[in-house]
Amino acid sequence: MNKVLVRLENISKKYNDKYVIKNLSLDVYEGEFLTLLGSSGCGKTTILRMISGLEHVTEGKIYIDDVDVTEVDPTKREVNTIFQNFALFPHMNTWDNISFGLRMKKIPSEEIEKRVKKVIKLVKLEGFEDRLPSQLSGGQQQRVAIARGIVMNPKVLLLDESLCSLDLKLKRKMQLELKKIQKQSGITFIYVTHDQDEALTMSDRIVIIEKGQIEQNDTPQNIYRNPKTVFAADFIGESNIIPSIIKEVLEDSIKVITNEDKIPFIFSKYESDKKNDKINLLIRPENIKLSKNELKNSIKGVVKDVVYDGSVTKLFIDTEGDLNLKVNTNGNIDIKEEEEIYLKLDEEFVVPIRGKQNEK
Amino acid sequence: MKSNNKVFKYIFLSPVVIYSIILILLPLIYILFLSFCKSDSYGGVIYNFTLSNYLTIINTTYIKILLKSSLIGILTTFICICISYPFALILREKKEEVRNLMTKLVMIPFLTNSLIRTYGWIVLLRKNGVINNTLLGTNIITKPLELMYNNFGIIIGMTYTLLPFMILPVCSAVFKIDNNIIEAARDLGAKPLQIFKNIIIPETISGVFNGSLMVFMPAIGYFFISDILGGGKVMIIGNLIKNQFLTARNWPLGSAISIFLIIVTFLLVRVYQKTGGKLDDLGGM
Repeated sequence: MNKVLVRLENISKKYNDKYVIKNLSLDVYEGEFLTLLGSSGCGKTTILRMISGLEHVTEGKIYIDDVDVTEVDPTKREVNTIFQNFALFPHMNTWDNISFGLRMKKIPSEEIEKRVKKVIKLVKLEGFEDRLPSQLSGGQQQRVAIARGIVMNPKVLLLDESLCSLDLKLKRKMQLELKKIQKQSGITFIYVTHDQDEALTMSDRIVIIEKGQIEQNDTPQNIYRNPKTVFAADFIGESNIIPSIIKEVLEDSIKVITNEDKIPFIFSKYESDKKNDKINLLIRPENIKLSKNELKNSIKGVVKDVVYDGSVTKLFIDTEGDLNLKVNTNGNIDIKEEEEIYLKLDEEFVVPIRGKQNEK
Repeated sequence: MKSNNKVFKYIFLSPVVIYSIILILLPLIYILFLSFCKSDSYGGVIYNFTLSNYLTIINTTYIKILLKSSLIGILTTFICICISYPFALILREKKEEVRNLMTKLVMIPFLTNSLIRTYGWIVLLRKNGVINNTLLGTNIITKPLELMYNNFGIIIGMTYTLLPFMILPVCSAVFKIDNNIIEAARDLGAKPLQIFKNIIIPETISGVFNGSLMVFMPAIGYFFISDILGGGKVMIIGNLIKNQFLTARNWPLGSAISIFLIIVTFLLVRVYQKTGGKLDDLGGM
């Protein structure tokens, strides 16, 4: 594992006597692309602002490169922020915007020239040096904002929903570019977003935040495949959550049934598992198999809605045992509404979620 | 329909147009006309075309008055800028309600006659006024300071009277700055003074220019302040024009000087435009 670059140690933040962040600890490793993912108001931006120093920490400590920076002024932290609305200086052209930080630090002008040129090349803004922000497109402004941060050679670059204001196509393109820029520059990125697609596309690691607490902290693959909580399962990707009950606890496995005692699932046992405990089962819509004929261990359902979405067709199916399941199939399946169909939930794709039993 | 729309447009516009013509355009044309006429020795006007009024202005006495007025105007403007910025920057950090209250307080003196307020300063500034008595009484000075009947008194009076014209546009410009760009500057390592110089000044320069026009032009024209606090010893362009109209009864010369002032104003606005300022910014408060 790389070394820890940013360490948040039991940090809390209070606004008007209300905790927004409570007792949160997090390690960020050198060179990684970490995403703080959460719905609006969950405190993710506050965490970012505390790292940059623009917001004070109520309790706890923040270390950057093993140095306690909790009380250090933002001007002295080797951290730069890309703001949500880019916050470019409107009266300065691209060159002056990018070189601003270096000029403030009174770096010799030959070096400024060299460094700015290099970053401009990295973010592909050659030829736009003399334009004012108002004369640039959204994507170009975004790149100026990134360049302005990167040119400072920060230890960490903080990005606050930086792609939010771009249109979908440009957003997709910038996601890939951002990831590339991050790899090329080798700078640690901490990215804040509420957009799960963005998080999955770009991150080395995702930290899901909810109500100022870490819900799950793992790689995108692991979070998608093995979410630890219903919230995480629901937040990342599309999901079917099936409330269930532990029917039997065996020596090293448990038997779980859904509402209707139809299909039992066998999972490996956790120490805390007890008989009659509630448990949630997650199955992703793309992992449900459909068949027009009854199969072993399949459940019957009626198609309620068919939504064509380009590469996939989304089906909403009401099944026996009062389940409403989403199923994604490839685009060319011939199914109409009100048609009867059999669904097969393969055990290997069903993920038991212990944790809190919070319903949607 | 279309022609109907046009008719309505003219009907709705007409009050503004008529007001502007009667109250602004016609008097200006009359003054312009007068400035090319001759005056007779009894205060009347001889309707003969002449450039002599304008040639009279280019005369050392008048040039001196002009320079002196400009100096007073520039100093007043500068002092107003120096007071307005800290005021606006401090208020910027405050809540909306506090801001509104404070900017309203700035406006309140306007509800009283400025002539009366200027007389009020005499009580403070004269030889046995409040300031001198206090300083003498506490033995800080041994003889009274000459606080009025000189340029100092005029500048104090001008600054006091004209300050709101600077504070309001500067405040509105400063409040408009996006907080994010200040934070971005801090984030990039700019210290407070650097932020002021590199971000705040360039972002608010149009507001300052707006205020400067509204302070400078009256400052060279408010004759009653120089009359009261200058004690009639100091003459600025305002006094000059007033004297031509009321004392010397030379309306054509007074008109010529007025026209000259208008031209100076236009030139200043042109300079502002040429240096990249937008006219819209001057109007918007």
